[in-house]
Formats: sequence, structure tokens, C-alpha cells
Amino acid sequence: MDTISVFMTQAHHHCDTLFAEAENAMVDGDWEAATRQFAAFSRETEHHFKAEEEVMFPAFESATGMTAGPTEVMRMEHQQMRGMFAGMADGIRLRNRDAFLGASETLLMLMQQHNLKEQQMLYRMADQVLAGERCAKVLAAIRALEE
Amino acid sequence: MRGTDLAGLAAVMQTTGLSFDQAPPISVPFRFFLTVPLFIVAASALLLWAGPSALLERHNPATLAIVHLFTLGVLSMTMCGALMQLLPVVAGVSIGKPRLVATLVHLNLSAGSLLLAGGFLWGWKPAFLAASICLALGFGAFFVAAGAGLLRVATRSATTLAVSLAVLALLVTVVFGICLALLRGGLAMDFYAPFAVLHPFWGLAGWVGLLLIGVAYQVVPMFQLTPNYPATLTRWMAPILFGLLILWSLAEAGNDVRYALEAGLAAVYAGFALTTLYLHSLRRRRQVDTSLLFWRVSMLSLSGALILWETAGLLPHGWRDRIELSAGILIIVGFALSAINGMLYKIVPFLIWFHLQSSLPGRHAVPNMKEILPEVWARRQFWLYLASFLTLLAAVVWSPLVYPAAILLAASALALWHNLLRACYRRREAGHAAPGI
Repeated sequence: MDTISVFMTQAHHHCDTLFAEAENAMVDGDWEAATRQFAAFSRETEHHFKAEEEVMFPAFESATGMTAGPTEVMRMEHQQMRGMFAGMADGIRLRNRDAFLGASETLLMLMQQHNLKEQQMLYRMADQVLAGERCAKVLAAIRALEE
Repeated sequence: MRGTDLAGLAAVMQTTGLSFDQAPPISVPFRFFLTVPLFIVAASALLLWAGPSALLERHNPATLAIVHLFTLGVLSMTMCGALMQLLPVVAGVSIGKPRLVATLVHLNLSAGSLLLAGGFLWGWKPAFLAASICLALGFGAFFVAAGAGLLRVATRSATTLAVSLAVLALLVTVVFGICLALLRGGLAMDFYAPFAVLHPFWGLAGWVGLLLIGVAYQVVPMFQLTPNYPATLTRWMAPILFGLLILWSLAEAGNDVRYALEAGLAAVYAGFALTTLYLHSLRRRRQVDTSLLFWRVSMLSLSGALILWETAGLLPHGWRDRIELSAGILIIVGFALSAINGMLYKIVPFLIWFHLQSSLPGRHAVPNMKEILPEVWARRQFWLYLASFLTLLAAVVWSPLVYPAAILLAASALALWHNLLRACYRRREAGHAAPGI
């Protein structure tokens, strides 16, 4: 059975791939593909945020009693990343390649160090406090979000 | 941490300071970064003044002064500053009283580097003694702050292991170096003589190499979206290098065992360089940014230095000094400075962006990384850097080139300084006080 770590880390890799495809399309100057790939990237990443913010973080918080701890910082970083999605969307809307690539560069740095903190710290803690039955419940609830 | 209960987990978080938001004030790393170009300019000025005599052999006083302006004022300066920023983020190591530690390390490292260079140039004994005190204080403060944190680190990743070993190698380098400085300062003891061979080896193959390896594990996949380094490699590379360094230090000079150990060290470093270049070729981002160009130059220089080092035996004996100098330039100006310069172009705009957005309300008020430090400025500085590096290498073979090399090196450093300062100025423009320098 998947652990929280395995499941959530896969989501990070999936989002990274979509990010690269959107940025590559923009580098190639293919506006149509960039628009499409960016939409896929922001939709999937937003979905991952939702899985964390609505399911995994609350489960972690109720299991540990830590509401003002790591999850709060992670939520804040999600907000920062949403700001960069908006910057990239502006780039597409205004047909401004530099604005898109400047926002995507910033987003990548932010996203990668955010993922690192989650993978190396938060998910490992979550694996401990949300083991077995609890883990299965969390993953089922996340999968239910998809439907 | 597996297996600990919740109370244990909370205790670990308490004692290690494993918080999720613990970046130090921006003035902590920036004072180091903004000082670096000035030391490159100082080294270039010295190179211009000394002329071809600086490139005759590595024990020449001017050469030693230039080398130490680089290794202390440029490489160790950035590496200590960057570690104070990165340790909390990549290793969860918190540094207590970061401003105080940064001030102590920065001032003593700056003063110590200048005093040591002065000591070499003019052979003035009190300068060596004063340099020893400054460097002992500066690095001492760094060891207490970073070392204490690294010893208590909760998650022992491949990066924290490599960084810990790098800091340990720095300790060895500094101890040997201070003994050598005291020797030149008149506190003579014959016992110190072998340290002259051990000191540069531990500095370059230990401190500089291991730190860049540990940092590369994190930043190469992160910046370019490459696959990760193979797990076996990250687990074993740094400890094997460290073990080889110890064995090499214990082996007798001129002995076959020592040559074999050197070949082993070279093979592991070559493995690192080739793996990094291979990972770059697999990157998922198609955009070629300036940072990537710097990393490629760095890895190619490392490979070049290793090839030169290993084939030195096949070349005429009279070429020995030139080979040593070329290998030194390839390692210090090529491998180390290039990677550092490239990373500054990621770290500096990101930190400015990060501090700006956390202090300004509303996303649109904050310029993005490329507005803070435009790619075109970085690219221009890269070409200047590359020209200076290649001219310097060529000057080992044809000495009159040392003059254009020195001028290009200074120009590249000033362009870097301009880019960093303009980025800081963008921060002030965006409605915030400039960082303390």
C-alpha cells in the first residue's frame, strides 16, 4: 500500500513534468501549446494543493495537535505559488513571454524548495502519525476529490 | 526519525530547531556575496602588478598571495555565506544568533585574507601572526555555529553528510594553514613542513570539492529539473572521498600507494563531473539559462584539471610547474568560481524576491526574479568571466597574456558586482530598505 510520502511525492514529480512542458513550449514560442500545457500544470498543481489543504493537512493537524506549525508555513507557500501562477497567466494573457518566463523561474525555485521541505520533513512526519488505517483513509479521501 | 512517537517527534523539533520557516535575515548571506567581487578585483590588481612572475610557479610570493585572496576572500567567503543561508533550508540546521556569527565570520575572514596576502607579498612576519588570529576567530565562529548545528541535525541526508564532511575538511585545512602561517610568522617548527603539501589538498579536494558535491545533489535536479543523482552515488561518493583524503595524508610522499590514492580521488571526482554533465543532458527544462552555462564550465574545468593531473607524469619534467599552475587555475577559477558565480544568479534574485514578497502586500507589487536580475546582464558577465578564465589559462603557456587576463578578470568581477548591487537596488526601489552590507 502507498504511504503518504510515496503518493504525494509522485504528485510532485507529475507537476514538475507538466511545469517543464509548459515552460518548454513557451521557450519554443508555441503560444497555443504553452497555453494548453500551462492550464494542465496549474490545474494539476491546484488539485495537489487541495488534497493537502483539505485532506492531508487537517488529518496531520488533528493527529499532532500542531495547527500553527509546519502546515501553516506550507499553506502560506501555496499562496505564494498561486501568486506566481497568476504571473504566468498574465504573461499568456498579455502575450508577454518575458513576464511568463520570469514568473516561471521564480515559481520553480519556490516550488522546488517547498517540495523538498515537504518530502524531507512534513511527509516523513505524516507517515509516522498517519500510519496504517489512518493513511488509507487519507488517501481514499484524496482519491475521492478526483471524482 | 522512524519509530519515534509523537512526543519524541515534538522533542526532536524543539531541540533541533527543525522549523519550517527559519531563513536568516537577508543581510547575513548578502554581506558575504557583495564582498566577493571586491576580492576578485584585488586578486586581479595583484596579478596585473606582478605580471608574468605570478605565473612561474605556485610558491612564488605573489602567486601565494593571489591564490589566498581567491581561496579565502572569494571561495570560502561565498561558501560560508551561502551555508549560513542554506543550512536551515536544506538540512534543517538552525544557526543561533545569525547576525552576530555573520559579522564575526565576515569581518575576520576579510581582514585575515588581506593580512595573509600582505604577509606573502612583503614577507612581513607580524602580518602572518595577525592573519592567523583573524582566520582562527572567523573560522572558529563558523565552526561553532555551523558545526554545532550539523552535529544535531535530525534528518541525515546525502547532502548533510557531504556538507558535514566538507566542514570537517575545512577544519583540517584551517589548522594546517594556521600552522603554516605561524611558521612564516617566525614561530618555526620543522614538524610543520609536510603541512605545506596537505593544506592545499584538504582545501581543494576536501572543503571546496565536497561542499560543491553536497550542494550539487540538491541544486542540479532542482534548478534544471534533471533526474536525481543515483542513490548509490550520493550515499558513497563523499565518504569515499573523505576516506581517500585521510589515507592519502597518511601515505608516504613519493610512494606508489600515494599515487594510487591520488588516482582514486581523481576517479571519484571524474565520476561526479561526468554524472553531472550527463544529468544536465537529461534535464526536462529546455531553457538554457546562464546558471547552467556556469555549471557546465565548472564541470568541464574539473574534468580538465583531473586529466592534466593524471597525465602529468607523461609530460617532460620541466613542465611540472606549469601543470600545477594550470591545474590550480582550472580548479579555483574554473571549477569552483564558475559554479559559485552561477549559483549566485539563482540564490541572490530568489532571496531578494522572497524577502520582498514577505514584506509587501499584494503580488503585483513584487518584481519576479528576472526583473530583479535580468538574464541579459548575467549572460554578459558570463562571457566576460569565460574570456578571463581562458586567457588566464593561456597565460600559463604564453606569459604576456597575463595582462589582458588580469583586466578581463577585474572586468568580470565588476560586472558581477554591478549585477548584484543592481538587484539589491531593485529591492530598495520596490519599497524596502537595502540589505546591510
